Amino acid sequence: MAEALTDRAAAAKATTTETMIVAAARQLEGERVCFVGIGSPNLACNLAKRTVSPDLELVYEAGVFGAVPARLPLSIGDPTLVTGAASVSSMFELFAYYLQAGLIDVAFLSGSQIDKWGNLNTTVIGDYANPKVRLPGSGGACEIAINARKVFILMPQTKRSFVEKIDFVTSPGHLAGKRPAEWAGVGPTIVVTGLGMYEFSDDGVMYLSSLHAGVTVEHVRDNTGWDIDVASELRETHPPTAAELSLIRETLDPHGTYSR
Amino acid sequence: MAADSSKVASMQDAIREVVRDGDTVAIEGFTHLICFAAGHEIIRQQKRDLTLARMTPDVIYDQMIGAGVASKLIFSWLGNPGVGSLHAIRRRIERADPEPLEIEEYSHFGMVARYVAGASRLPFFPLRSYYESDLPKANPRIVPIDSPFSDDTVYAVPPLNPDVAIVHVQRADARGDAHIWGVLGCQKEAAFSAERVIVVCEELVGESVIRSDPNRTVIPGLIVDAVVVEPKGCHPSYAQGYYDRDNRFYVEWDAIGRDPQRLESWLKEWVHGTATHAEYVDKMGDRWDGLLPPEAWSEPVNYGRYE
Repeated sequence: MAEALTDRAAAAKATTTETMIVAAARQLEGERVCFVGIGSPNLACNLAKRTVSPDLELVYEAGVFGAVPARLPLSIGDPTLVTGAASVSSMFELFAYYLQAGLIDVAFLSGSQIDKWGNLNTTVIGDYANPKVRLPGSGGACEIAINARKVFILMPQTKRSFVEKIDFVTSPGHLAGKRPAEWAGVGPTIVVTGLGMYEFSDDGVMYLSSLHAGVTVEHVRDNTGWDIDVASELRETHPPTAAELSLIRETLDPHGTYSR
Repeated sequence: MAADSSKVASMQDAIREVVRDGDTVAIEGFTHLICFAAGHEIIRQQKRDLTLARMTPDVIYDQMIGAGVASKLIFSWLGNPGVGSLHAIRRRIERADPEPLEIEEYSHFGMVARYVAGASRLPFFPLRSYYESDLPKANPRIVPIDSPFSDDTVYAVPPLNPDVAIVHVQRADARGDAHIWGVLGCQKEAAFSAERVIVVCEELVGESVIRSDPNRTVIPGLIVDAVVVEPKGCHPSYAQGYYDRDNRFYVEWDAIGRDPQRLESWLKEWVHGTATHAEYVDKMGDRWDGLLPPEAWSEPVNYGRYE
């Protein structure tokens, strides 16, 4: 058992990733069905289930609904997701009957590049036919971006990832502010990075809504490839509490695989 | 059932007879039940010019493509799950090193829908995806179509009918009736879509075991050409209830796949250097110790007797 931390000491000791995980977890308050990814989104969802959202149902792309992972899952189809789950269905059923039918309230996505409308690239850096870097591609991200009721984006922020123009639109966000109303989902509502949290205006444009402790607006501008809007009432992200940090460090990710 | 109806074959014979140069081959399994043993035998037999289809190419296709068995890849997510990149495949896509690799790319739902269309012998399958994505520009076989019944537009993907599907399962009988539990992936859809099917099982069981729980039969022997008994045939992937995923291997593969010479010597030692998967399993020695999970049985169900 690690030495008990006070909230102040906890905040001082939180890693950037822990701050992101905690900020994202708190946003899951009141949500019911969450499509989870491996790594930090998995930690955020499992943290939320133990704090702000005990009734959260975790859905994994592998077809698992109502997962109760007894250990940290290291892949999207980890066997610990299956044992004790409410349901395991085929991937067709998962994508058609759960996702496309609108049963997913929130889904987590990430990307190598994002633009100010929350469009994401996970396919290629450079030209598709002559790639500089070949990235993994869509996986389920494209249909998740369209059909999940809303999307939370969790990704590191640098000038190379927050860019004016992404090289390839894998997963549509708010397009150029013209996301069709008939799509099942409203698109990305929140972006959490190591520097702060972002929301989207009615026109679908990303703006800085909250700064993590110790980060300045200038910091954010230095790490954004466009002239980013800033909320008139900019908040400071409430730092991780000792209780949140000890859940991450002692229960959810004891080896620090995804949180250090 | 007469004894001669058995489809049980060795992996060598099954691959030799069922997989032909130039075939489209799908070894499916979503993280779970990925038949590495079959992939390794395809490498040993030096099959050539295959089109490999898989939602997530995973380390098995990095090994096979690194070994030069394929000229084309059909996929939806190209990575080493939980670790990073598949370097042998990336070398071929990014630098045509040592030769080009043609790719045909979808999203996960698109790939699943392709198998469903293939299994149902439909000309296409419609889905609500790809709107405003660049994927249809990259792949002209992803096409918008208008609904004949409303103002709706959906995207169509073409059927995928592999020449061969290879599906790993927990248990099967000699006819190929197969039980799967845990993550199902699209084993069923891939099997029904293929012209020829190899079922590889952890355990060969009697027909009565299969018939005691018909809801668990994902693949009927009707569509199966060969049954191969290959315990631990998924390593480093896993079989629910039999052994865990060897995550350490997936991490180790990153450095091996990154270096063409290391990849070649790994293939030489672990694939060409072993005549069968049983030898590969033995060669792993005590590495298995940490991979065998404690038991967690399901409650039996009562089907009832109706005589």
